[in-house]
Amino acid sequence: MAVLRVNNVTKRFGHVTALAGINLEVNQGEVYGFIGPNGAGKTTTIRILLGILQATSGSAQIFGLDAWRDAVEIHKRIAYVPGDVSLWPNLTGGEVIDFFVKLRGANHKSRRDELIERFDLDPTKKCGTYSKGNRQKVALVAAFAADADLYILDEPTSGLDPLMELVFQECVQEVKAQGKSVFLSSHILSEVEKLCDRVSIIRQGQIIESGSLKELRHLTRTRVRVETAQPLPSLKELPGIHDLEEFPSGAAFQVDGDKLGDVIGYLSQFQILALESAPPTLEELFMHHYKGAE
Amino acid sequence: MRQLLVNTFPLARLILRRDRVQIPLWLLSLLLFTVAVAAAFPELYPAGPERQIIAQTFTNPALISMLGPAYGIHNYHLGAIMAHQMLLFTMVVVAIMNILLAIKHTRRDEERGRIEVIRSLPVGRLANAAATMLVLACTNAVLGLLVSIGLGLLGLEGMDWTGSFFFGGALAVTGLFFAASTLFFAQLTETSRTAMAYSFGFLGLSFLLRAVGDISSETLSLLSPLGLVLRAQVYVENHFWPLGTALLAASLLTLLAFRLNTRRDLEAGLFPAKQGPSRASRFLGGPLGLVLRLERTTIIGWAVGMLVLGASYGSVFADVEDFVQSSELYQQVLPDIAGASILGQFVAMLLSLLPMLAAVPALLVILKLRAEEKAGRTEHLLARAVTRVQVMGSFLGTALATAVVMQLVGVLGLWAAASAVVADPFPLGHTLLSSLAYVPAVWILVGLAALCVGTAPKAAALVWFYLGYTFFADYFGSLLQLPAWMARLTPWGHMPNVPLEAVSPWTVLATLVLAVVLMTLGLVGYSKRDIYG
Ligand SMILES: Nc1ncnc2c1ncn2[C@@H]1O[C@H](COP(=O)(O)OP(=O)(O)O)[C@@H](O)[C@H]1O
Ligand SMILES: [Mg+2]
Repeated sequence: MAVLRVNNVTKRFGHVTALAGINLEVNQGEVYGFIGPNGAGKTTTIRILLGILQATSGSAQIFGLDAWRDAVEIHKRIAYVPGDVSLWPNLTGGEVIDFFVKLRGANHKSRRDELIERFDLDPTKKCGTYSKGNRQKVALVAAFAADADLYILDEPTSGLDPLMELVFQECVQEVKAQGKSVFLSSHILSEVEKLCDRVSIIRQGQIIESGSLKELRHLTRTRVRVETAQPLPSLKELPGIHDLEEFPSGAAFQVDGDKLGDVIGYLSQFQILALESAPPTLEELFMHHYKGAE
Repeated sequence: MRQLLVNTFPLARLILRRDRVQIPLWLLSLLLFTVAVAAAFPELYPAGPERQIIAQTFTNPALISMLGPAYGIHNYHLGAIMAHQMLLFTMVVVAIMNILLAIKHTRRDEERGRIEVIRSLPVGRLANAAATMLVLACTNAVLGLLVSIGLGLLGLEGMDWTGSFFFGGALAVTGLFFAASTLFFAQLTETSRTAMAYSFGFLGLSFLLRAVGDISSETLSLLSPLGLVLRAQVYVENHFWPLGTALLAASLLTLLAFRLNTRRDLEAGLFPAKQGPSRASRFLGGPLGLVLRLERTTIIGWAVGMLVLGASYGSVFADVEDFVQSSELYQQVLPDIAGASILGQFVAMLLSLLPMLAAVPALLVILKLRAEEKAGRTEHLLARAVTRVQVMGSFLGTALATAVVMQLVGVLGLWAAASAVVADPFPLGHTLLSSLAYVPAVWILVGLAALCVGTAPKAAALVWFYLGYTFFADYFGSLLQLPAWMARLTPWGHMPNVPLEAVSPWTVLATLVLAVVLMTLGLVGYSKRDIYG
């Protein structure tokens, strides 16, 4: 069941087209990654989903309700962490968290205190004295203290240190275990890779790729290292082989996803002694796309 | 010291570059305004016995409280009129210009993290403060020179070159003094908002101290920078010592500010930020609670200010009574406003002043909604289960209530202080009610601001210009004999002179309806438009 659906959404700011007809679908219980470089349109998409911006055309729905028209109804069941957390300088972190939690009408004192502890936040300090990471923690604590059905997180870890990133990942996994859905925008690939079931890649306002990590990998190259008993003839002529390095005892190369079977079949004639294959990192996947588009 | 000032000049050039439109605009408007007003005087005040009578009315305490002491009454030439009617007002405008510019280039830049970038370059610790003062000193000097030359060239009766240079000099010195005091306050506070509040509070206090002092005590006036500079008696005596003293005080304040600047940490106030509660109080539970929490300092601060304003005017009631009894001429020439009703006039004048001042905090509250959006903080509310009508409604409601509170507090201050000096100064209940008749007019301003925030957020600041116009039209309406329609264009253009005259309920109702319509349009617009953060 889809909790979030974006249908051919376009958004223009004057002459700037920030989004050019994007489509998204997030299912119940899924952690969905939304990756793209700076200025790709991630924040704009999220603001449309929150009913803060109105789409120029197309429709955005959450829980089957219209993101613009039924914003308040939707917001009762979602939690949001903005990308650039700006807080009231003269309120303390603790006050802001309480305020945010109260706005949702819920009151989870124990959860709040536990999260403050886990994120190692001093709630008595004024927000004006917080660093970017600490402001982000305030937003994260308020979001995870809420008992929401969908968590919308816009580059939530861009200011966190690695230790806190781990805490964040635990939090996401906890809500996922409870069957909640998460929509996570990021340009940090390792994070998406660890957490997400499915991803969409956005660039210049267009979705250039969507699917499960598995599916996306299928489109890309696998790195293979092979040793064979019989000497290999040159693999240069085989279709789908790239970055080839040849050794006396074997070879290392990248192979296009759809040619992997053929290549392995061919190699097996030479008595494979050892075969290492590594799935492409998201990094490679990302680079691959950008190279392709340039 | 050298080290501290490294690269001051390039920074000063940067400031000039950033303000290449704003500063010339200020200077040009001030120049045109003063020269145009002076040029209109020969027609407004033709020479002859009539002018002497007008001169006597200027010794009226109500006018003195607004314009400053009247010098050269016995030979009331155009120079004396110019200095009496225009100098104080222009000085206040120049002070405002200096406060705004000084905050912009010191605390606000620091708050936005811009100074941090600059300080990472080979730039002295004092360079930014020094560059700001340098630019402002030059700006004030140029302003003084332009105005002096402009007035001198007019060559009007009684407006000789010496006097004109004193007029320009008074403006320049006042400007420099308030630039220095603002620089000083900018060292104490952590936010530009607080620095702004202190600076404007100081300006307001200077004005009040002088108003009370000019009516009842010369010493009090000398303690106020505005009162001090007025003692130069421009175009009449042309004393140099008040200007010299103010200049000295400005220099000392600047040095003090520099010293504080080198002592404190970047982006910190003079005192370390306090810790606060780790939990929100019960009141901070919704948008309204948030607005009250964010604006409580503004509201309380202004309420205290209004109380002090009312009390200042109330405290001189006895002097006003004495004045009426001692001024024979007043009683002969102007019987209709003589006697007890001069006190009534005095009250009426304050009542007409209150709504303009009450409008300021009310506008600050409603325009805060726009500031919150610009800072990217409304999305915290709108991304949760809060409707846009609730968000704007909370700001609107607080703004409307603020206007009422300010009016009442001002009248109460007046009454309390007046009761202390004379028996039975005026009927409290009736006056409170009369002052409330102004409230719907203040709400029109709030409604206009709401309309802007709701439909054209970028234009929101224009409401300040409208308030400025209102102030101008009211303050100069009769002095410059401006056409009646100019006063009509203010929100209270159709208000009678309460409490001396009665208000028709229809006037109040019509004003109220207009205010409600504006606010409704604002709410509808806000519910429909994109929110940028
Ligand atoms: N209010 C706006 N007016 C004009 N252009 C905008 C506005 N907001 C965003 N944009 C443009 O839309 C594009 C997408 O921005 P954004 O969604 O913030 O990117 P991301 O969050 O992926 O970094 C950018 O090119 C940005 O300049
Ligand atoms: Mg973004």
